[in-house]
Amino acid sequence: MAEEKKLFKVTIDNITVEVEPGTTILNAARQIGGEVTPPAMCYYSKLKGSGGKCRTCLVEVAAGSTADPRPMPKLVASCRTTVMDGMIVKNITSERVMDARKGVVEFLLINHPLDCPICDQAGECHLQDLSYEHGTEGTRFEFQKRIFKKHDLGPYIQLHMTRCILCYRCVYVADQLTNKRVHGILDRGDHAEIATYIEKALDNDFIGNVIDVCPVGALTDRTFRFKNRVWFTKPVNAHRNCDKCCGKVHAWLRGDEILRVTARKDQWGEVEDWICNECRFEKKNIRDWEIEGPAEINRHSVISQGHYAGKTGTTMPTETFPNIMNGRQPKLLMDIHSVSEVNPPGLDLAAIPGPAHSGDFEGKKEISDKH
Amino acid sequence: MGRKLLLEHAGAEGIRYYDVYRKKGGYASVEKALKMTPEAIVEEVKKSGLRGRGGAGFPTGLKWSFIAKPEGVPRHLVCNADESEPGTFKDRYLMEFIPHLLIEGLIVSSFALGSNTTYIYIRGEYAWIPDILEQAIAEAKANGWLGKNILGSGFDCEIYVQRGAGAYICGEETALIESLEGKRGNPRIKPPFPAIKGVWDRPTVVNNVETLAAIVPVINLGGEEYAKIGVGRSTGTKLISACGNINKPGVYEIDMTISVEEFIFSDEYCGGIANSKKLKACIPGGSSVPILPANLLLKTAKGETRYMNYESLSDGGFATGSMMGSGGFVVLDEDQCVVKHTYTLARFYRHESCGQCSPCREGTGWMEKILKNIDTGKGKMSDIDLLWDIQRKIEGNTICPLGDAAAWPVAAAIRHFRDEFEWHVRNPEECLRRNYGLAHYADEREVVA
Repeated sequence: MAEEKKLFKVTIDNITVEVEPGTTILNAARQIGGEVTPPAMCYYSKLKGSGGKCRTCLVEVAAGSTADPRPMPKLVASCRTTVMDGMIVKNITSERVMDARKGVVEFLLINHPLDCPICDQAGECHLQDLSYEHGTEGTRFEFQKRIFKKHDLGPYIQLHMTRCILCYRCVYVADQLTNKRVHGILDRGDHAEIATYIEKALDNDFIGNVIDVCPVGALTDRTFRFKNRVWFTKPVNAHRNCDKCCGKVHAWLRGDEILRVTARKDQWGEVEDWICNECRFEKKNIRDWEIEGPAEINRHSVISQGHYAGKTGTTMPTETFPNIMNGRQPKLLMDIHSVSEVNPPGLDLAAIPGPAHSGDFEGKKEISDKH
Repeated sequence: MGRKLLLEHAGAEGIRYYDVYRKKGGYASVEKALKMTPEAIVEEVKKSGLRGRGGAGFPTGLKWSFIAKPEGVPRHLVCNADESEPGTFKDRYLMEFIPHLLIEGLIVSSFALGSNTTYIYIRGEYAWIPDILEQAIAEAKANGWLGKNILGSGFDCEIYVQRGAGAYICGEETALIESLEGKRGNPRIKPPFPAIKGVWDRPTVVNNVETLAAIVPVINLGGEEYAKIGVGRSTGTKLISACGNINKPGVYEIDMTISVEEFIFSDEYCGGIANSKKLKACIPGGSSVPILPANLLLKTAKGETRYMNYESLSDGGFATGSMMGSGGFVVLDEDQCVVKHTYTLARFYRHESCGQCSPCREGTGWMEKILKNIDTGKGKMSDIDLLWDIQRKIEGNTICPLGDAAAWPVAAAIRHFRDEFEWHVRNPEECLRRNYGLAHYADEREVVA
């Protein structure tokens, strides 16, 4: 009889799950899935040593373990804290956590340019998702944001440091995937920047993966820049025989044209298999690829709205929000009637004589008088 | 006059050199320690109640007992000489004037911990001190106190001096270890603690210069005798580096039984406030501990006299107390502006934040900008609450204590001197010309001209 492995029982937001010893709280929460999973901006399960930096995944440990049920005094980074048997974790049920997370989102955004309308990452940006879910509408930051110049790191990758949230993922990719890292963090504090030594180009067969791991639009694909918005392109699963990598990719189509190639990502937005630069940047002809079928985008992303969202092979559109959003109900971000000044609920349109003009609503009579 | 253990011979001429130091009874503790077992030394240190002098005040004996002892893996002792806390300069004094005391403490501690390779990590700004230390190490080695088979005990030990490149963050033990390994000085995420995985993933103990120097009197006197000095859990003597608006700034050795009032005003120590001014506020333990107004500094909230020791200084928690910290005693007189002072500190922490985790990286810069606005008369009333909210969201949410260190001074300044902040906002022009003054937190002591 095989020796039975002892599993650890851990309770996250009142949901108990059994996980193997050595699992982190974040990965235990991912086994449960849904709302109780803390967001992670810097942790990447495929990159050793990543995590602990962005502090968005902070959770409260209400009881350390069955043996030592004392609560941990500080909030802990769930991506780097391993579970103990009988641990009780509070994520969305803890006010402290939600407050701290709101603070972290605010900190991440104060120096972020919020140039989503012109950013290639918009639509698949983790920071966008995070801000929608945990951020506030307004900002309290009334100063100039830090700005950096754009850099082309070789022919394929552009670095837009102003958008960077310093998650260090790209540094780990270069460390762990390529044999020689030529970029890293220069300086410290809020003036720290990702840079190569004297603007050296990044040239390694696998360095293109830094684009995929970047949670924001700091590292973008120069072959795709400003070609299209991601939500207008259709992701399909495709593969080719590649002698360098697995050759399994998502090809992003518009019509019959391949606009962009990325690695396949799982439901946490993490790359399943790294792909080489040749597959990513140079094979943009549809004949280079064997198309398997529509790709499933598991993440609650704007990309999954409007087109393929169901299981691979299904042609019927799935219509309900929970279906599209992987069981999640859409969140009401703001009530347009309470914020719109044009058409406030208390305004009786019928009581306004004649055709209504914008001036009617602001009490400026002279504008309508001219008519 | 308090008892002096560390600075007893500090005034002797030529104490920097081996011959004089040896004549004054130096290296006696090594002779004594090498006849003991390492476990017995750790036990002596535990008995002595010696607490870490770097700032956190963690019991040294306990810290030593945590070190993992896996078979066949070398262990390391690292001396933290990256003394970068603004207002703290006690380690510099020790290393500059009595380097052999540190070397002696290092040899004993290395023996206790089984460290054959011991490092001194010194901050880059102390450019001239590595030479002094290296000379002391060479002298010690020439006289058989270092190297192979020390005093025939079979114990080998080498001490190396490693210079930092000048970063406050490298005083944090895991950042120090990273820097020592030749990497970027980013703090590591704990656990694992250095006692399990430190330098090159080997069990490591990182101790402050003064802690290691204090091992010498602990061994010489014996743990129990050492514990009799001082009061309660604050045993032994402590070096205080006093600076600011006082008559006699400098490094003083105190035995932790004297009151804060005596320390500031007696001629033996600080000698009173300079230029016959009044005492306004004081940071009792280095720039990152909460600032205290004069009334709370001299007496606790309960009306008891405040003493210069770990317990008394932190009496009342952060609401009405502060911390012993690293012993950087900064005194502010009535002419000093708390807003400007807080701004200066915020600027320091913004500059020194490593930029690894977001609350500290972004929050320190934000606080600095707001404080600059308030200081220059461009602030708003809501900025004060915003500052409070920012520091609250930094504190405790970062990887290393730098986030806390940046948040505490701001929090304490707002807590105790909110009226001064508000005055700055309400009088944007006047605040550029003159100082707010003493107001209700003033020291009521009569000034003797």
